[in-house]
Amino acid sequence: MIGRRWWVPWLWLAPTLVLLGVFLVYPSIDTIRRSFLDTGSDSWVGLDNYQFIVENPQPLVADTHSALMNNVLWMTMFTLFTVAIGLGIAVLAGRVRYEAVAKATIFIPMAISFVALSVIWRFMYEFNSDIGTVNAVTTGAGGLLRDIGMDSNLSEPTAWLQNDGSPQTVFTDAGPDDLPGPFQINNMALITVGIWNWTGFTMIILSAGLKSISTEVLEAARVDGANEWQIFRRITVPILSPTIVVVSTTLIIQTLKTFDLVWVMTGGRFDTDVVATLFFRQAFVIGDFGVGAALAVVLMLFVVPIMVLTIRRFQFQEEIR
Amino acid sequence: MASLPKTSDRPPTVLVTWLKWLGSRGMVHVALISLMILWSIPTLVMLISSFRDPSDIASSGWWNVFANPFDFTIENYRNVLDARGMWQSFLNSLVITIPATLLPILVASFAAYAFAWMRFPGRNALFLLVVALLVVPLQMTLIPVLRLYVDLTPGAELPSFDLPVLGGTIGGGKLFGVNSFVGLWVAHTAYGLPFAVFLLRNFFGALPRDLFESAYLDGASDLTIFFRIVLPLSGPVIAALVIFQFLWVWQDLLVALVLLGDPDLSPMMLTITNLVGSHGTQYQLLTAASFISMIVPLGIFFALQRYFVQGILAGSVKG
Repeated sequence: MIGRRWWVPWLWLAPTLVLLGVFLVYPSIDTIRRSFLDTGSDSWVGLDNYQFIVENPQPLVADTHSALMNNVLWMTMFTLFTVAIGLGIAVLAGRVRYEAVAKATIFIPMAISFVALSVIWRFMYEFNSDIGTVNAVTTGAGGLLRDIGMDSNLSEPTAWLQNDGSPQTVFTDAGPDDLPGPFQINNMALITVGIWNWTGFTMIILSAGLKSISTEVLEAARVDGANEWQIFRRITVPILSPTIVVVSTTLIIQTLKTFDLVWVMTGGRFDTDVVATLFFRQAFVIGDFGVGAALAVVLMLFVVPIMVLTIRRFQFQEEIR
Repeated sequence: MASLPKTSDRPPTVLVTWLKWLGSRGMVHVALISLMILWSIPTLVMLISSFRDPSDIASSGWWNVFANPFDFTIENYRNVLDARGMWQSFLNSLVITIPATLLPILVASFAAYAFAWMRFPGRNALFLLVVALLVVPLQMTLIPVLRLYVDLTPGAELPSFDLPVLGGTIGGGKLFGVNSFVGLWVAHTAYGLPFAVFLLRNFFGALPRDLFESAYLDGASDLTIFFRIVLPLSGPVIAALVIFQFLWVWQDLLVALVLLGDPDLSPMMLTITNLVGSHGTQYQLLTAASFISMIVPLGIFFALQRYFVQGILAGSVKG
């Protein structure tokens, strides 16, 4: 659009830029500076903090490399399932009369604070199958299988949050006890809690997007003889794709920051540490601001590819409209 | 429920009819209802446990209540509400959360409008920066912010007044800085901005260009276009943002912990966390306290839900 004075956009942006500058940009720059300083941020140490992260010689601190891999697992599995289930529910719920009830049911976990979340899920994952819901279900299934003559590991309860073995050992002794990297039972159990908690988020935003699809388009497709799957695949998903990308981007960024859930459920023990819990422990428990800040900078570097993709997409949107 | 299809002249058997219904409409209901049940179980466990006797919780599963359905107690709730300061904390949470929800959405929608529909140098770079700020861990920013706040805290106080019938006080604390509701509003506004700008920019950018061009040719100013066209069309997404920002501020522990030291100003999450600290692993108290803290966010959700269900955007663009 034309005919606007040059300073008008800056007027619209001013409150945002001032607030972001004071509360987020300045602290970030300060952190980058501290990542090159020593424990108490007093003297220059060059790249020592980064070298510490890469070599990670301290046995008391969880392995940085496994924390990075755990973040990658969160990023892929959590995002994939949360978006897929959220989209599925948004589409399905839009087609039934009890849409409001269905959405409310999926949304309720979002209203649970992480303090309560940790209480309820430690209770759900409780080892004692007399009171732990998940183990009650798995041991019950194991008992049924044994009755029909199939032996499985299911008849024994699993320590869901402590066991860092490979997932198939829940069912059977076949296969390796440990898988490389982050494929651990306890990581899967934590990610399940995350999915349960966050699906309401994707569902609501995708549903807001779904409502913007004109019903005339859908009716026209139905009149032309398209079946429901074709409508979903060829109309709903393409129209919704900008929203899906925004939601996925937000979730991926959230998973980089995953902290609360891991911290309250396992405290990062049993190889469930992620970069944010390492950062918190270094900076606020051990009190080493240098290494803590360097870990935070690593987190920030992770987001660069996401930023590049985001900006490309917005340029594309600009061209086609 | 869908009406059963009539496909042939012969009376079809019940099974065939049922299978046909299952294939066409039934699977939708089966899938949706299974997911709904799966999603409710943990919350249900929490609700049931909050009404059970502490010794029962530690010894038998929640499913046993179905064998003995009248063995409930409201003692846990009475216990939690009597715990010092829970009602005052509830009021404090409201005082903190309402402005800290509305402010960031207003500020962010101005910025999102500029990013989506104005041309200026460095637009992409700036937007990139906003997206990048989504990843900044909150913990990292608190030390510099706290230092700044300590320097800026004035002696003046925010006025407060007592609630007549229900008891408790609304307001109070310093005018800005630490131990100040205003200081907390500003901090939450800043922390909420990156996501709000990101989401709103996407929705504003997807609005059809014709809408803006015709309004502009008719001589409408930016302010008119923003308030008369953009905001009304963004109903569902603004409703979604209100819900999430409300939730994040309501559930925030970290920012309040650092910036509010005065126990008289504590929001609910701080009080509940102290309850966890003083009452260890007493599931019955924690589940009851958690349920009390869920009531307001769920109320907001139910109040705004109709915006998603109706689909305002589809209607207005057509007209």
